[in-house]
Amino acid sequence: METVLNFIQNNLEMFYVVILSIFLGIEVISKVPSVLHTPLMSGANAIHGVIVIGAILVMGNAADDNYLAITLGMIAVIVGTLNVVGGFVVTDRMLEMFKSKKKPVIQKDNQPAK
Amino acid sequence: METSILSVCYLIGSVSFIVGLKMLAHPDTARKGNLVSAAGMLIAIIATLVLSQSGGKHLHNYGYIAIGLAIGGIIGTVAARRVKMTAMPEMVSIFNGMGGLCASLIAVVEFGRLTEGYTVLHLLIIIAGVFIGSVSFAGSMVAYAKLSGKMKDVTFTGQHIFNFVVLGAVLILGGLLVGGCFATPVVVFYIVVALSLLYGVMFVLPIGGADMPVVISLLNSCTGIAAACAGFLYNNPVMLTGGILVGSAGAILTVLMCKAMNRSLKNVLIGSFGKSNGAAVPGKQGTYKEVSISDAAMLLAYAHKIIIVPGYGLAVAQAQHTCHELEKLLIDRGADVKYAIHPVAGRMPGHMNVLLAEADVSYDLLLEIDPSNEQFPTTDVVLVLGANDVVNPAAENDPASSIYGMKILEVWKAKMVIVNKRSMRPGYAGIENALFSEPNTSMLFGDAKEALQQLITEIKTL
Repeated sequence: METVLNFIQNNLEMFYVVILSIFLGIEVISKVPSVLHTPLMSGANAIHGVIVIGAILVMGNAADDNYLAITLGMIAVIVGTLNVVGGFVVTDRMLEMFKSKKKPVIQKDNQPAK
Repeated sequence: METSILSVCYLIGSVSFIVGLKMLAHPDTARKGNLVSAAGMLIAIIATLVLSQSGGKHLHNYGYIAIGLAIGGIIGTVAARRVKMTAMPEMVSIFNGMGGLCASLIAVVEFGRLTEGYTVLHLLIIIAGVFIGSVSFAGSMVAYAKLSGKMKDVTFTGQHIFNFVVLGAVLILGGLLVGGCFATPVVVFYIVVALSLLYGVMFVLPIGGADMPVVISLLNSCTGIAAACAGFLYNNPVMLTGGILVGSAGAILTVLMCKAMNRSLKNVLIGSFGKSNGAAVPGKQGTYKEVSISDAAMLLAYAHKIIIVPGYGLAVAQAQHTCHELEKLLIDRGADVKYAIHPVAGRMPGHMNVLLAEADVSYDLLLEIDPSNEQFPTTDVVLVLGANDVVNPAAENDPASSIYGMKILEVWKAKMVIVNKRSMRPGYAGIENALFSEPNTSMLFGDAKEALQQLITEIKTL
C-alpha cells in the first residue's frame, strides 16, 4: 500500500497528465462528424507511432556489446517509423480527397440564387 | 540547457497532437490537422535524437538508428502511397500492428535491462506494455489477414473458454512475475509474451463480418495505451500524452461504432458475429426478380426522387467516380438525388464518405441514417450499390439473425428498390437478405462500375 502511495506521490505530474489526457481525448473525439471517422482513426493511429521515440531511446542507450538490445531496438525503430510515416501519409491521402469541397457549390449554379 | 530545450520540444509535440486531433474533427481543417500532428512528431523525434541524454551522455548507435528510420520511412511511404482506397482499412490495421510490435519489443528489451533496485510498479508497467503491445500486434495482423480475405473466421467449440483460460494465464503469470515469485523470471516473461501473442490471435479469430471496424478501433486504442506505458517507463511526456490521447480517442470511437450498430462492446467481443447461421445456406433464398439495364435506366431517368445507397461493392468496383457521374446526370435531368450513408457501410466507419469525397460528391447530398429513413417513404427509386447487411430487414424483424438490433436503412419503404450486386451471395456478415425477395425490389446483377456505366449510356439516349 505504501509503495503504491509513494509511487503516486512521486509521479503526481504523470497522473495529472494521464487523467487530463483521457478527458481531452474523449472531448476532442466526441465532436467528430462520422464523415471523418476513417481519417481520424488513421490519424490517431499515426500519433501512437510516437512509440518510435521509445525505440530510439532503446537503441541509443544500448551498450555496444548488447546485441539483443541492438537487434530488437533496430526492429522496433523500423516498425515504429513504419507506423508514424505510413500512418501520416495514408491519412493525408484520405484527407486529400476532401480538399475539392468548393466544386459541388459551382455545380449547383443551376439552382435559383437566394 | 539541452534538457530544457528537449522538454520544450516535447511540450510542442504534445500540444501539436492535441491541436491536430482537434483540427481533424472538422472537414475544412482536417488535412492541416494531420500535418500539424506530423510536424509535432518530427520535432519530438529530432529533439530526441539530438538532445536526449542519459547519465550525462548523449545517445549513441546513431548509424543503426538512421538505418532503421530510413528503412521504416521508405517502406511506410511507399506502402501508404501505393495502397488502393479500398484497402485502406487493412493498411491502417498493419500500421497499427507495427506500433504494437514496437511497444512490445521495447518492453522486452527493458525487461532484459532491469537491474537491482527497480520498483515493482516499473515491472508492472513493462509487463502491461508487453501484454497490450503483443495483443495489439497479433490482433492487428489477424484483422489484416481477414480484411484482405486471406483468412476466414475460425470458430470451434469451447473457444471462449479457451480464450478465457489464455487470458487468465497471462494475467496470473504476469501478476506472479510482478510479485517476484519466480527463480528464473526471464523464462516466465517469455511465456507471458508468447501467451499474449496467442491471445491476440485468438481474440480476433472468431470476430468477423461487420464487427471488424470495431476491432481495429479497439486495437488502435490498445496500441495507444501500450505507447503510454512506454512513456511512463521513460518518463517521457510526449509519449505519454500521445499514447493516452489515442487510447481514450480510440476507446470513444469504438463506443461510437458500437452505438451505430446498436450492439454492445461485450456482444461484439463475445458473440462471434460472422458465424453463419442456418439461414445462410445458399439456395434457401426466396424468389427474386431481375431487371435489365434498360429498364433500370428508364426507372431512374423518370424518377423524381432517387436515393443511392453505397456499400462495399461500390468500393471494390472502384465505381465512385462513375456513381458521381450518374448522380450528376440525374440531377441535370431535374431529379432529386441523395446518398444514404450507413455509418458502418464498407469496412470502416466513414468508408463511404471517404470514397464519395474522392469522387467530389458534395457533402450536402450525403444523408445520415435517420434523415435517410425519413426520406425513403417519399422516394421513387432507391439504388443499392453493393450494400447488403446495412439494408437487411432481418436486423429489424428476425431476432434469430446475428445482425438483429442493428440500425439499418429501411430502403424497402421506397416505391422501387434496385439492388446492384455481383451475385446472390450473402454479404460480409454471411447472412441471407430478405430485401431481395420483396415485391418492390429488382436485382441488377453485375460489377457496380460496369452497371453504372451502362446505366449512364442508356439514360443519355433517353
